[in-house]
Amino acid sequence: MTDNVMRTADGTPLKVKLRQAERREVRRAFMLIAPLFLFIVISFLIPIMVMLKNAFHDPDIVNNLPQTSELLRQWDGKALPSEEVFAAFAADLKTASKARTVALVGKRLNYEVPTLKSKVTITARKLDKIETGPWMEAVTAADPVWKDVGTWAVVKRAGSAFTPYYLLSALDLRQSVDGGIERTPENRRIYLQVLGRTLGISLLVTLCTLILGYPVAFMLATLPQRTASILMIFVLLPFWTSLLVRTTAWTILLQDGGAMAQFLHITGITWTANMLGLMSGEPQLFKTRFATVLAMTHIQLPFTLLPIYSVMKTISPTYMRAAKSLGATPFHAFRTVYVPQTMPGVAAGCLLTFILSLGYFITPALVGGGSDNMIAGFIDTAMNSEGNWGKSSALGFVLLTATLILYYVYNRLIGIDKMKLG
Amino acid sequence: MALPPYMTTSEKVSYYGLRIFVGLVLLFLIAPILAIMPLSFNSESFFSYPMPGFSTRWYTGGVDGFFTDPRWTGALKLSLFVAFATTVLATCLGTLAALGLSRSNIPGRAAIMAVLISPMIVPVIISAIGLFFFYAYTNLNGTLVGIILAHTALATPFVVITVTATLMSFDRTLMRAGASLGGAPHTVFFKVVLPLILPGVISGALFAFVTSFDEVIVILFIGGPEQRTLPRQMFAGIREQISPTITAAASVLIVLSTVMLVTVELLRRRGERLRGIKS
Repeated sequence: MTDNVMRTADGTPLKVKLRQAERREVRRAFMLIAPLFLFIVISFLIPIMVMLKNAFHDPDIVNNLPQTSELLRQWDGKALPSEEVFAAFAADLKTASKARTVALVGKRLNYEVPTLKSKVTITARKLDKIETGPWMEAVTAADPVWKDVGTWAVVKRAGSAFTPYYLLSALDLRQSVDGGIERTPENRRIYLQVLGRTLGISLLVTLCTLILGYPVAFMLATLPQRTASILMIFVLLPFWTSLLVRTTAWTILLQDGGAMAQFLHITGITWTANMLGLMSGEPQLFKTRFATVLAMTHIQLPFTLLPIYSVMKTISPTYMRAAKSLGATPFHAFRTVYVPQTMPGVAAGCLLTFILSLGYFITPALVGGGSDNMIAGFIDTAMNSEGNWGKSSALGFVLLTATLILYYVYNRLIGIDKMKLG
Repeated sequence: MALPPYMTTSEKVSYYGLRIFVGLVLLFLIAPILAIMPLSFNSESFFSYPMPGFSTRWYTGGVDGFFTDPRWTGALKLSLFVAFATTVLATCLGTLAALGLSRSNIPGRAAIMAVLISPMIVPVIISAIGLFFFYAYTNLNGTLVGIILAHTALATPFVVITVTATLMSFDRTLMRAGASLGGAPHTVFFKVVLPLILPGVISGALFAFVTSFDEVIVILFIGGPEQRTLPRQMFAGIREQISPTITAAASVLIVLSTVMLVTVELLRRRGERLRGIKS
C-alpha cells in the first residue's frame, strides 16, 4: 500500500470501517427503541387518530339511508326533491325499520333540528303500512316536516360520510342552508362559553399557584440545605399523593358543616365575612367554583413550585449582595436582579400548570358545582350520557389542539426533554 | 436564629412576613392530606371534628371495612395486579428505549422522543375516548388485556424520562471497557450498565406503578362492569354515596405514596453518591 490512507488489518480504509461501525451502532439503537415506538404508535397514537377521525366521520345517515343520500347528492336544494328521492327515502326507511336503525337516523338528524327524532320515528312507522306510491304524497302526509326544503337540506348535509358539523358545533357555529357558516342561535350557544370558562379557571389556578408557590420556592432555595430538605417533604408528599386521593380529601373537608367550615368558624373567618357582608350564616363551600379553584390550586401547586425552585437553586447569592452593595434597597435588588433570573422557572412552572389544568375532569366533577364543568367534563357527558361520539371527539379535537399549541410554546421556551419528575 | 442588628424595621417585617406566609402555604399543602387520616378512625359516619370515639370499623369492620368488604378487597387486588403487570411491561420497554436514545448520534431523536412521551402530553380524557373508540373496533373494551395495555402506554413516558436522565450521567467508556475485556453485549449490560443505572430504573418502575395504580379516567371509559379498580371504586363511592370507608381507602393510599416518596428519595441520594455528586 503506497497511498496515505490508514487501513485496518484486512486492508479496508479506516474511515470506511468507522462508518460501518457507526452505522451498526445506530441500527442497534433503533432496534432498542423500536419495540416501545411501535407499541406507542399502535396502542396510543392510532387511538388518538381514530378520535380525530370521529370528529369528522359521520356514517349514520350514509349507512342507513344509502339510496337517499346518493340521490340527494345531485339535488340542487332549491325546490322539493323529486318523486324518485321520496321513493328512495321510503325504501331506505323501510329497510332501516327492519334493521332497527331508525333511531340512529332520528338521533343524528335531531342534532341539527331538535324535533326530527320523533318525526322520523312516526314517519317510519306510518310508511311501514304503505306498500305502493306515489311516495311524495305518502311521506309528506306522514309528517308535514318533509314538505320543508330545509329538512331535506339537513338530510343532504348529514348524508356525506365526512362532515364539519361536529367541529363547527364545538365552536358554536353551523352551516346555513346555503352552505355558508353562521353562528348557532343564541339559546344553543354553549361551547365557546365552556372553552372560555376552562381557560379562565386554568388561568386563575395558575395565578394562585404562582402567588403561593413563588415565596415558598424562594424560601426553600435560600434556607440551609438541612432545613430545606425537611420542608421539601411538605411539597413532595402532596406531589406523590394521587390526584383522586387529594380530591377525595377536599370532597370530605368541604362538606357542609365539615372540617373546613369548622376551621373557618374557629379562626373567625366566618364571623369576619359575615360582618363584612360577604356572606350570611355558615359558608356554602362544597359544589362551588371556589371549591374547584381551591382543590385545583392545591393539586397543581407542586407543579408550579418545583421548576421555580430548581431555577432558584442555581442563582448565586452574590448577585443580590452586589446589588445591595451598589446601594439598592433589598426590595429593589430583589425586583430588578433576582426576579428576572427566575423567569425561566416561572415560565416553565406556570405553563405546565396551565396545560395540565386545561384537561381537568375529576376534580371539577367531584368538588365543583354544576356550572363549573370544564371542557373535559363536557367530553365525558357527550360520550357517556348522550352517546354522541362525534360531539365528544370534536370537543376532544379542540382541547387537543389547545394543548399541543401550548406544548409547542413550552418546547420552544424550555425544551420538553428538560421536564423533570420529582 | 438571631437577626443581624443592622436590619431596619421594614426588613424585619418582610423577614417575618415571608416566614409566616411560607408556613401557611406549607400548612395548606399538607393539612388536607393529614386531616382526613384521623377521620378514617371515627366511630361515627360523619366527617367533622371532634370525633366522638375511636374505631377501626372502616378498616376491619365487616361490610364497612376497607380490608374486609369484598368490593374493596377485590378492587385492591385488581389494582395491584394491573399495576404490577403495567410496571413490568413499561419498565422493560421504557428502559430498552432509553438505552437506545442515549446514544448520541441518532437521526430524528427529537421526533422519536416526542412520540415516546406523547401519552404524558395528551390530556388523559382524550386518551380515554381515543382508546374507547379503538377498543370498540378491536373488542378490547372491558378486557384486562386492554386495561394493562392502556396503562402501559400511559406509564412508559415516565420510565423513559427517568432512565434517560440517569443515563445522561452514565460514563459510556465503562461499556467499552467491559467489551474490550471480552464481555458480550448482554453480559456488559447485566454486569456493568444495569447495576449502575438501577436506581433510575427502579424510580421509573415506581412512577409506572403509581401511574397505573392511581389511574381513574381511562378505566371509567374502557373498563367493564367487573373491572372496578381501586380508584374507580373510590370515584363511584364519592359520586354515589360518600362513606367513611373512602377515608380509610384514601389513608391507605397516602401511606403507600409516603413509602414510594421515601424510596425514590433514597434511591436518588444513593445514585448521587455512586456517581460521586455531593449533596
